Amino acid sequence: MTDRALSVVRAGALTTVQDGGRPGHAHLGVPRSGALDAPAAALVNRLVGNPPEAAVLETTLDGCTVRPRSAVTVAVGGAPCPVTVDGRPAPWGAPVRVMGGALLDIGRARSGVRSYLAVSGGVTVEPVLGSRSTDLLSGLGPPPLADGAVLPLGRPAAVLPYADAAPQPGPPDELVLRVTLGPREDWFTADAVRTFLTRAYRVSSASNRVGLRTEGPPLERARPGELPSEGMVLGAVQVPPDGSPVVFLADHPTTGGYPVIAVVRPAGLAAAAQATPGTPVRFTAVSRR
Amino acid sequence: MRAMPVGDDALLLEVPSGREAEALHAELQRRRSAGELTVREIVPAARTVLLDGVREPSRLAARLAGWEIPPVPERVREPVEIPVRYDGPDLPDVAALWGVSRDEAARIHAASRFRVAFCGFAPGFGYLTGLPDRYHVPRRATPRTSVPAGAVALAGPYTGVYPRPSPGGWRLIGTTDAVLWDHTRVPAALLAPGAVVRFVPVGSG
Repeated sequence: MTDRALSVVRAGALTTVQDGGRPGHAHLGVPRSGALDAPAAALVNRLVGNPPEAAVLETTLDGCTVRPRSAVTVAVGGAPCPVTVDGRPAPWGAPVRVMGGALLDIGRARSGVRSYLAVSGGVTVEPVLGSRSTDLLSGLGPPPLADGAVLPLGRPAAVLPYADAAPQPGPPDELVLRVTLGPREDWFTADAVRTFLTRAYRVSSASNRVGLRTEGPPLERARPGELPSEGMVLGAVQVPPDGSPVVFLADHPTTGGYPVIAVVRPAGLAAAAQATPGTPVRFTAVSRR
Repeated sequence: MRAMPVGDDALLLEVPSGREAEALHAELQRRRSAGELTVREIVPAARTVLLDGVREPSRLAARLAGWEIPPVPERVREPVEIPVRYDGPDLPDVAALWGVSRDEAARIHAASRFRVAFCGFAPGFGYLTGLPDRYHVPRRATPRTSVPAGAVALAGPYTGVYPRPSPGGWRLIGTTDAVLWDHTRVPAALLAPGAVVRFVPVGSG
């Protein structure tokens, strides 16, 4: 292997390779996948001179530790966290030069859930259906990082970008998700729709890359029976029989049989990806554009 | 046809029957190939087709209302042949539900012409229609925690083949060595929506 590579020293709780995902294959049952906080992934890529959809590492709560084999430029963004190089503090949200053999540690998130590490040249594991993303629902793409794994890196851009830091939104204290109602709000009682749009929910600890699960007042259906499976979109708010809304994130199934009461506006999904368990959630209705 | 907006850039088209959903899907694909429809995903399902990544959903919905949807084209392409050994653990139950012998159940299944109505559940898992109504069977009361890859199974109006080991509640009637999904192959999925499928019995030795 060339020295354009990254050794994984500490994989962390769940660290995956993510890029822009693999849209366009939903009709074959292939989830879109891709970075959950897509704006954060694009931003750290920009800071190291990568195209916005280059593959980065997405950590979950407790970061990860890697050792580049040769000098690279890195940037860490998304969930704020301590960053160190060989034990010395380094900036978060800004490009950092890391020498070959040095130990780069992305620490536990101070707030939020998912930090993103971009490395100049991008992570260049073998793509599957045009994407390097790990899809935890269907198992496509590379497996989650394991201690001792080695990840190949691409060639860095010839010229580094000018930005030396970039503002990033902090994780939300309260998650306010703007939704458009439907397509299946008629499967719920008028009271349930009112409850959904006015009461507070909380982010459940069972949330993952497939969906942001919530706990709160259950939503009562207006009709019995099952909905034949139908296509699902990113941001769909599906309501399983227990009545607790689930917001579909990047690894969501392509079809589903529980009614979708509303769809979250795309702009809210990055904040949803950073909301820690227990965060209050409110759904507010907006009209379609 | 009912066209329901889904978020800001998708439309869910609902029709009364699975047959009409297959016809609508075929027509949408034809129009996309002809350059008349720009959409990121066309996702057929049991009674619906989802159009995701549409620029102006309300305008498209208005256009769709004026379309003639021809019936599903018959025999447009050669069937995909899937060799199968009718040796599934639920074959006796299925034969009993049908009121026939096991051999006759295998013969009935192999004589049917199937079509991939839609995919889902796992990459490469197709929901195949084509079994006559009187042979539709309910799922197992208790799903299996693990169904092997290549299991040929029935549930409701559908036949399916498990692309990889997974939990499942369908009734297992046979086994195939066909590779349903291989991401290193082009195309990765053996069965895509609209494909015509035949199951070809092979010796169970």
